Amino acid sequence: MASHLFCGRVNLNILREAARKDLREFLDKCSGSKAIVWDEYLTGPFGLISQYSLLKEHEVEKMFTLKGGRIPSAAVKNIVFFVRPRLELMDIIAENVASEEKLHPREFHILFVPRRSLLCEQRLKEKGVLNSFTNIDEYILDLIPYDGDLLSMESESSFRECYLENDQTSLYHAAKGLMTLQALYGTIPQIFGKGECARHVANMMLRMKREFAGSHTQILPVFDTLLLLDRNVDLLTPLATQLTYEGLIDEIYGITNGYVKLPPEKFAQKKQGEGGKDLPTEPKKLQLNSAEELYAEIRDKNFNAVGAALSKKAKIISAAFEERHNAKTVGEIKQFVSQLPHMQAARGSLANHTSIAELIKDITTSEDFFDSLTVEQEFMTGVDTDKVSTYIEDCIAQKDPLIKILRLVCMQSVCNNGLKQKVLDYYKREILQTYGYKHILTLKNLEKVGLLKPQSTVRNNYPTIRKTLKLWMEDTNEQNPNDISYVYSGYAPLSVRLTQVLARPGWRSIEEVLKILPGPHFEERQQVPTGLHKKRQPGENRTTLVFFLGGVTYAEIAALRFLSHMEDSGTEYIIATTKLINGTSWVKSLMDNPEENFP
Amino acid sequence: MAFVTANWNPLGESFYRKIELYEMGWNLKDGLKDSLVAAAPYGGPIALLKGHNRRSSSARPQLEIFSSSGLPLASFPWKSGVVKQLGWTVSDDLLCVQEDGTVLVYDLWGGFKRHFSMGNELSQSQVLETKIFHSPYGTGVAILTGALRYTLATNIDDIKLRRLPEVPGLQGAPSCWAVLTQDRQSKVLVANGSQLFILDNTACTPVTPPGLSPQASSIVHMCVSFSYKYLALLTDSGHVWMGTSNLKEKLSEVDTNIKTPPKQMAWCRRPKSQQPSAVVMWDGLLIVVGECKETIQYHLDDDSVLVPELDGVRIISGTHHELLQEVPGACEEIFKIASMAPGALLLEAHKEYEKESQKADEYLREIKEQSLLSEAVRQCVEAAGHEHEPETQKTLLRAASFGKCFLSNFPPEQFVSMCRDLRVLNAVRDYTVGIPLTHTQFKQMTVQVLIDRLVYRKLYPLAIEVCRYLKTPEYQGVSRVLKHWACYKVQQKEESDEVIAKAVSVKLADAAGISYSEIATKAYESGRTELAIKLLEFEPRSGEQVPLLLKMKKSPLALSKAIESGDTDLVYTVVMYLKNELNRGDFFMMLRNQPVALSLYKQFCKHQEQDTLKDLFNQDDDHEELGNFYVKASYKEQRLEARIALLQSAVDEYYKAKNEFSAKTTEDEMRLLRFQRKLEEEKGELLVGFSLHDTMTTLLSVGLHKHAEQLYKDFRVPDKRFWWLKLKALAEKEDWEELEKFGKSKKSPIGYLPFVEVCIKHHNKYEAKKYVSKVTPEQKVKAHLAVGDMEGAAEAAIERRNESEISTVLSRCSATTDHLLMERLNRARATAVKK
Repeated sequence: MASHLFCGRVNLNILREAARKDLREFLDKCSGSKAIVWDEYLTGPFGLISQYSLLKEHEVEKMFTLKGGRIPSAAVKNIVFFVRPRLELMDIIAENVASEEKLHPREFHILFVPRRSLLCEQRLKEKGVLNSFTNIDEYILDLIPYDGDLLSMESESSFRECYLENDQTSLYHAAKGLMTLQALYGTIPQIFGKGECARHVANMMLRMKREFAGSHTQILPVFDTLLLLDRNVDLLTPLATQLTYEGLIDEIYGITNGYVKLPPEKFAQKKQGEGGKDLPTEPKKLQLNSAEELYAEIRDKNFNAVGAALSKKAKIISAAFEERHNAKTVGEIKQFVSQLPHMQAARGSLANHTSIAELIKDITTSEDFFDSLTVEQEFMTGVDTDKVSTYIEDCIAQKDPLIKILRLVCMQSVCNNGLKQKVLDYYKREILQTYGYKHILTLKNLEKVGLLKPQSTVRNNYPTIRKTLKLWMEDTNEQNPNDISYVYSGYAPLSVRLTQVLARPGWRSIEEVLKILPGPHFEERQQVPTGLHKKRQPGENRTTLVFFLGGVTYAEIAALRFLSHMEDSGTEYIIATTKLINGTSWVKSLMDNPEENFP
Repeated sequence: MAFVTANWNPLGESFYRKIELYEMGWNLKDGLKDSLVAAAPYGGPIALLKGHNRRSSSARPQLEIFSSSGLPLASFPWKSGVVKQLGWTVSDDLLCVQEDGTVLVYDLWGGFKRHFSMGNELSQSQVLETKIFHSPYGTGVAILTGALRYTLATNIDDIKLRRLPEVPGLQGAPSCWAVLTQDRQSKVLVANGSQLFILDNTACTPVTPPGLSPQASSIVHMCVSFSYKYLALLTDSGHVWMGTSNLKEKLSEVDTNIKTPPKQMAWCRRPKSQQPSAVVMWDGLLIVVGECKETIQYHLDDDSVLVPELDGVRIISGTHHELLQEVPGACEEIFKIASMAPGALLLEAHKEYEKESQKADEYLREIKEQSLLSEAVRQCVEAAGHEHEPETQKTLLRAASFGKCFLSNFPPEQFVSMCRDLRVLNAVRDYTVGIPLTHTQFKQMTVQVLIDRLVYRKLYPLAIEVCRYLKTPEYQGVSRVLKHWACYKVQQKEESDEVIAKAVSVKLADAAGISYSEIATKAYESGRTELAIKLLEFEPRSGEQVPLLLKMKKSPLALSKAIESGDTDLVYTVVMYLKNELNRGDFFMMLRNQPVALSLYKQFCKHQEQDTLKDLFNQDDDHEELGNFYVKASYKEQRLEARIALLQSAVDEYYKAKNEFSAKTTEDEMRLLRFQRKLEEEKGELLVGFSLHDTMTTLLSVGLHKHAEQLYKDFRVPDKRFWWLKLKALAEKEDWEELEKFGKSKKSPIGYLPFVEVCIKHHNKYEAKKYVSKVTPEQKVKAHLAVGDMEGAAEAAIERRNESEISTVLSRCSATTDHLLMERLNRARATAVKK
């Protein structure tokens, strides 16, 4: 089911249905029983589109993971490879096919996700297996509906590719995805953007629009505005520790493709008579999206406000259960019973989230967490950003996890618009001596993308940005917020501030800051066919699609949702991104480990 | 108007009419005598081969192609073998089946397209008879060989020859046969004397038509309806049997009283008609047979050919072109003498209205009283569609329009689209165009196909007018026509590149969705590379330009277009192509000018070709990247010497890149590696590959304090870090004695709280307590709390009069055991707050 996709302002289920239709059509092309061989990376994103049952309906009997050698035996007519267009995967497929063909002739098919690739087909040809395939097709899966107001390309390495390796493949896919979106939801009349990648994507979109001239869809535009934002316009936000409920779950346990795996101890069923013997050892896997009423309610709250919300909910639920004593007549009882499944689900959900909140609380109340947060907030307010931080020093000395160190050092560098050469070299030396010289490549990567840099002669302009955009709010209300800064307990994410200012009063008011931030900012207009101009009802909100190129954090999403819900904000936001990230996953994607084999 | 029914002939319940379509524009000396004639259905072209049986090379037969109105389209002498049969494909290509089984395909303009063979065995046995047929899969060819076997190709665009099983008892050519399409399969129905067989892929099944008149001893002719649903058989006794083609049902049987074999027979049944009917043609005589005993007889002056259509039969003679059909229902209702049908009354009413007579009102009232006005309008509109004469069409439409005035809420679509359709139909029926489509055929064929046909006949302006008039979406309409026009245009050799390019761009300028690359490909194929390049510049889809540019060996342009498209896969494709085409130097040079392509290629090399990557960095003098490259490579080496050698190369490159930090660091790394190996050899401790930190920890944990100290000094490790490291290492080892010694060696740069905490972490409260006293006053409370000394903590907190510290201690007190303490603390807090 995909009830979570209906709840937003824009019905994203249309997109999911379109994707499912394509999938069904492809599966039906390979008639007869089939086995799917998966590029492991794709299983997560596909899970957002379809369950196994859909595949089963179309005669998928077996599923395997793509790996070298032979495919496990299966009595099926068709073998279908679901892969990303990558050369190394082609080599594996060629090996699979070659060894399989000798034994039992089958029909082979390839489905490239998200796009077929001449390069890969060439490689298959070189390997002499291209003609073994009955169908070579592509499954255009660019923007995957993730939640009612959220689309993600689930492209892990997109930031790294764009900013480190100068490979803009993912931007091409982003542009294509936006075209698909426009085909389903109408042309987006206004495009704003900030950053090199944003510019590139907008250019490609406009070009594609020209290319498809004449075939434009007659759909009333759903989105009024598209805002394209480069992640490198705001390098600071992902480095900070997210303090919303969902953000913290992601920071601590990591959410992948909408699922989180949690330590099982707290979820042990306390049933009478069983005792505490069978503690589950498998991690508890939970799906997190807005289909769950309680989660939708608390996900975007500051964690400090979650406890109160949970206990309020607990009271409501137990009151609801108490109702049964008041139910006297048959009719009343019947009504009570009919609500029971819903109430039980709510109770289960409450139990889960109480456990999660307890787990998180253990961590957020620890001294380590507090100390590190204090340092982060000092950096963000500009305290002592130009000196070596003793806290970081101590952390290195105690060999805390490297990524934690890197996050903090990068943050200091960003908040100081670069570190003094001496300070930078000192940190680097400390890191290399403690964690090993191999990390020299990682440090170089961080420098290349601008997360670490030596201070140039220019004045530190971070304070200007902070003050103009009001990035630090002293009197943040975590319980009943009145500003987006609640998501980081004081720090208002720069990216979201840019979005907020764009809606009102407009970017013209912050020209100076926009000039300081990297990359061009621009505005484009797309012709909407006459007759499709939206006539807005008075009081009807505008809908803006904010596309984060290079990733977005849950806290940023929470901030945008907060803006959507704010009274008389006048704008509702739908969020699209290449990938949902947090500081850890982000920094990790930029690391190079020469001891590992190349990806 | 009065003459509308003049050419009507009654047959059973319905009427048949013969309409003259054209007086033929051709001037044939002997008419159609002695010629092979083939006319394509849906008013398609006519092919004529005169004297095809002449075998002398001196007088070559002439192959001529005409439009349906007899206007010449092509004419050329036939130079190949003896032609057995001519026929047209669904896409208006001409098929010429030769005696030797070769089928030659020509276009409408007599241009040779290709040829294929119906089987090798035919070179000996030759083709006896052949039939060309249309099925849902396209156009097919069936032949009967001299060996009396049938071979079938269901779709000539995807030739798969099927040899059908033998017909038992067949001695010579069968008396007649036909191709059927049933159950998605093409089959042959063969009559041998009185026996009938159905041949399919696997078997030959004898069949009997139900109720066939017993007088017959042989079936001499047969024909299948346009839809393959019905079959008509003519016996030697002169009976026409009509039934369904699955031979399960008999519809009628009529005696023609003529026992000579006919020249041709065809179905003449319009869709939804109640009556089955067929047309049989002898020399000079044409008979229409239906359900009743009577027949309609027409006299023919001239040799003629029947062309079966969806809703009738066309009759082509040397001078005329006629359409014979059952009068459509709506027309019959309106024009039948004394008809009282609502449509007829409406027509009458309108006539009176034009005459300004009050009778108009009477008629109208009569219709309205029966509330049949909308039915009347519908009838008139429908009848207009079936009438060939524009005058009659107009009269009917006017009547319909008149009737509409008295109706509210009558949907206008039918009227409007009929007006449009008729305008288009009248235009294509025009003598100069010569496509005599009926409205029924037009609807079956669709506008798309009609436009295709017009385009195929190079009637571009008309095609565009039709598209515009019918408001066909530009993408499928005007743009498509223009593209075809342009493809034709670029093949005109006499005009210069500039002129053509200009003409094309001017005409196509504002048409949406034009694929210039397709046009350019055409130009390139006709050997005009320069023109192709010029045309490609108009192509908005850069991706589309790339394959052709590569084909034309315009690789730099292809590369920049690929980059422009943003499609990295396309860029890769061009890069790989260039890599194979160019020598390495040129290839690198070209990449150098295209940074996007270069960085993509670097990515490719990183995964696939490490050595090339190095060459690329070398070429660019990118010492920094070279350094990184060597560092990376060093980790792939197992042997230490090789590893150090690679690191040395890295150091050299880093110096060249003026990156002092990296160079120095890498030198440190080498130094550490050497040190680690030396110790490994001396002490047998596994160390190589450890970080400096881990090396020192390991050394300390095995008691090699001196060596650890040496590293600490050599690598200038900050004191604080070293102290932390040693503290943790010793605690880990639980070497409390050494730890105490270390703690006392000098004043700790990290203070003594870490000592307390680390000991507690290793569950040694006793040792921890030793350091509490050394802790600075600020951290005293924490230290006491760490070792669980509430008293001490309280003492320290009160002494420092620090409110928050007091609170911390309070929060750790338990109400039952530390009652007194809590009182003290509360008091102290009160005073602290006061201050």
